[in-house]
Amino acid sequence: MSATATYTADEMMAVEAARRLRDGDVCFVGIGLPSLAANLARVTHAPGCVLIYESGTIGAKPLELPLSIGDGELAETADAVVGVPEMFAYWLQGGHIDVGFLGAAQIDRWGNLNSTVIGDYDSPKVRLPGGGGAPEIATSVERVFVTLRHSRRAFVEELDFRTSAGDRVAVVVTDLGILEPDPQTHELTLTSVHPGVGVDEVREATGWELRVAESVGETREPTEQELGRLRALRTKGRE
Amino acid sequence: MAEVVALAAAVEELVHDGDTVALEGFTHLIPHAAGHELIRQRRRDLSLVRMTPDVIYDQLIGAGCARKLTFSWGGNPGVGSLHRLRDAVENGWPSPLEIEEHSHAGMAAAYAAGAANLPFAVLRGYQGTELAEHTSVESITCPFTGEELAAVPSHRPDVGIVHAQRADRAGNVQLWGISGVQKEVVLGSARSIVTVEEVVDELEPVPGEVVIPAWVVDAVAVAPGGAHPSYADGYYERDNDFYVSWDEISRDRNLFTAWLDRHVVRTKDVEGYHRSLAAGVAA
Repeated sequence: MSATATYTADEMMAVEAARRLRDGDVCFVGIGLPSLAANLARVTHAPGCVLIYESGTIGAKPLELPLSIGDGELAETADAVVGVPEMFAYWLQGGHIDVGFLGAAQIDRWGNLNSTVIGDYDSPKVRLPGGGGAPEIATSVERVFVTLRHSRRAFVEELDFRTSAGDRVAVVVTDLGILEPDPQTHELTLTSVHPGVGVDEVREATGWELRVAESVGETREPTEQELGRLRALRTKGRE
Repeated sequence: MAEVVALAAAVEELVHDGDTVALEGFTHLIPHAAGHELIRQRRRDLSLVRMTPDVIYDQLIGAGCARKLTFSWGGNPGVGSLHRLRDAVENGWPSPLEIEEHSHAGMAAAYAAGAANLPFAVLRGYQGTELAEHTSVESITCPFTGEELAAVPSHRPDVGIVHAQRADRAGNVQLWGISGVQKEVVLGSARSIVTVEEVVDELEPVPGEVVIPAWVVDAVAVAPGGAHPSYADGYYERDNDFYVSWDEISRDRNLFTAWLDRHVVRTKDVEGYHRSLAAGVAA
């Protein structure tokens, strides 16, 4: 590890998710880590990235990260602001969005996500906020990026509830490593571990028997430039 | 035709116990002052509809105004859970809450269909989600292509309530910035109330504005600061600190009840609410 690299797990996740955005990608962005990652991409290698927040702001270019998906900063810096029915019908369902970021409380080996309840739906142990835009984001965009902290509680053999389908999940970035779907079976497979993390540690934090790629890479550490840009964005955002 | 009246009078006349009521505003222009007036007037058994039941619905639910909630995302944006909503769903406090849960796409389509005077909305949605098994959604076949699509019943609330930047003296409403489903909920509801930051002699055009003519609104009420802790583009910013502090206030039943009593129940109107909050900060 280089002497400069002091960074948090969240920063590693945001940097790696950002790197996977291509210049020109149109992204549907949620609040928190996804917003951080997409904005980092926009101010580093992908200036042509178009950020769309479900509040109706298209092409938002916030200087500081918003706390909510509808902060004034987003509307003020957007190319266009549209109503919410138009956002979901014309833009998302219309097929104009390349990448959708999703988080969740639980994920299974197929990339299906739960952000609805822990326990039984009708008498839940924990009532989570719910799917919001997730069910249609998961089936309308070309690539779904999932960011989620790795633990047995989150990476489960069986979801308590399936909020959204995993078919279009392209990558899962966790605080330990990177999972990508196997091209044939679509089962999530560990393809990279973050610096200082062992494959066994990731296995241990996964609630199913984790598939591991034949050669597991090591994720590139965040550079000083990436960290600098990231921290400059974070003055207002929380994750 | 809209009358410019006091908010308390508008709520008294237009919102009844047992009504289906939608207070809308997608992060921006959330009609908190109107929600507080529902709490002061002790409305009961409301079926509340809202895409993102955030702090205002947490307050209405904790105050015991709601029988049912129809929604698509129930959290405190950027902060976490809604503890009053959770307490109602998980423990039935202060009373059991029936829920009808949709996706954002389904809710937005249902509002648009309501505005269009249609019985249901059609969308390519609810695929691969178990929500479909727990909510009011059916499969429908396109008569032209044979494609299977989702149908959701339209939202036709008894009362639609929104907040806007301003109105003129005739009751024509103007809003701008993030406009959510405001227009749809006003047009799709049997009765409507719009609170505004101010009433002006003439509405100067603003880029990206939405104008809701007086003749589709029942009551316009002046409520300066009426979106707080949400914001009104051009008037004041979102009070992000309040949203963060709500997490602690709402976590505990007693703390919540004391807060609601002090800042809502025992204040007379939106001015009183703001005075009481300012005094709370000073103390």
